[in-house]
Amino acid sequence: MFKWLHPYAKSENLYRLSGKFLFWFGWLGFIGATVGTIWGLAFTPADYQQGDSFRIIYLHVPTAMMSMSGYLGMAIAAFIGTVWQQRHADMTVIAIAPVGAVYTFLALFTGAVWGKPTWGTYWVWDARLTSELILLFLYLGVIALYYAYEDRRSGARAAAILAMVGVINVPIIHYSVVWWNSLHQGATVTVFEKPKMDTSMLWPLLINIVAFGLLLGAFTLMRLRNDLLMKEGHRPWVKQVLEGKS
Amino acid sequence: MNPRRKKRLAATLAVLLGLGVAVGFVLFSMTQNIDLFYTPSEIINGKNETGVKPQIGQRLRIGGMVLPGSVKRDENSLKVRFDLFDQGPLVTIEYDGILPDLFREGQGIVANGVLTGPSTIKAHEVLAKHDEEYMPPDVAEAVGKVHPNGVGNKAEGQNGGAY
Repeated sequence: MFKWLHPYAKSENLYRLSGKFLFWFGWLGFIGATVGTIWGLAFTPADYQQGDSFRIIYLHVPTAMMSMSGYLGMAIAAFIGTVWQQRHADMTVIAIAPVGAVYTFLALFTGAVWGKPTWGTYWVWDARLTSELILLFLYLGVIALYYAYEDRRSGARAAAILAMVGVINVPIIHYSVVWWNSLHQGATVTVFEKPKMDTSMLWPLLINIVAFGLLLGAFTLMRLRNDLLMKEGHRPWVKQVLEGKS
Repeated sequence: MNPRRKKRLAATLAVLLGLGVAVGFVLFSMTQNIDLFYTPSEIINGKNETGVKPQIGQRLRIGGMVLPGSVKRDENSLKVRFDLFDQGPLVTIEYDGILPDLFREGQGIVANGVLTGPSTIKAHEVLAKHDEEYMPPDVAEAVGKVHPNGVGNKAEGQNGGAY
């Protein structure tokens, strides 16, 4: 069943394939994020209630959504790494972790900046905010565990277990505003329902969500490719690649 | 799949499933502790599932809608009183301080304070809650949601009727 995947278990092939993906993810993500952000910040109408301060949604929602998707991706990679002992999966886990941590931090930071003018406070210990903070700690924990061992394989095992266990937090973040009373409002954009946002404001948000997702992929691939070159520095294909570029 | 992988797969899935169930139970039993606030009817009648009522003197948060026409301000200070409602019962909030920009009649708010009587709370913090609907002012006007004083006003306690 996995026959067609097997060639990519070779580092050299994975390096070349990810290079092609990186090109498209990087450029589409960059263009999308530029267009979406400028459109959202400068060309959408102000909100009837919050005025201009609602515009930070164009950074807050994409980073928050992608911090959760990134974690899900990391957990899936950790699962593959644990069950099939696939070493590229372990490398993917540690490639995603710091990128996801930065996204989570940005989501928390933009949320705090948004909370002050609208709610009247930077921070409140409500279920949504607290669970997103735990997500940041999970990301940092995965990074810390990975580098805590002398032997990278033991580190990867430990980090993978934490990554898999922590995935329970992702549905908790998502449903926190449904299950409990919270200061944070419900989801604006959901898969199954009509978005609760005027169409004139919605497009830049959707563009930014997709673009931030592509950028998450691009940053992850960059880190993965670096890691591949570092770990296999003595192999002939790495020499070929490096000589070909310089 | 070879037997070793099968074993690892089974062990991993079992651990994840067990952990999921455990966390589920913990969250279920902590439901009312995770709630950020009581609603006015929960203050009067107790929590829905457990019937637990807050005691007088207890520190708590309350969340509800500001009853239009109930905001009374003191002429010479920042003191303000207003009623909160959700479905039926009213709870009066007393507050001395600066209200957030989004505070207005009909708006959802969350107040942090001490229960001083069966249905009065002395708040030391008032936060505004907003919903997940965003629209430009002209659209809001068309669907009858706009506030007469426009964007970013401070609730004056004198404008009613347009909610």
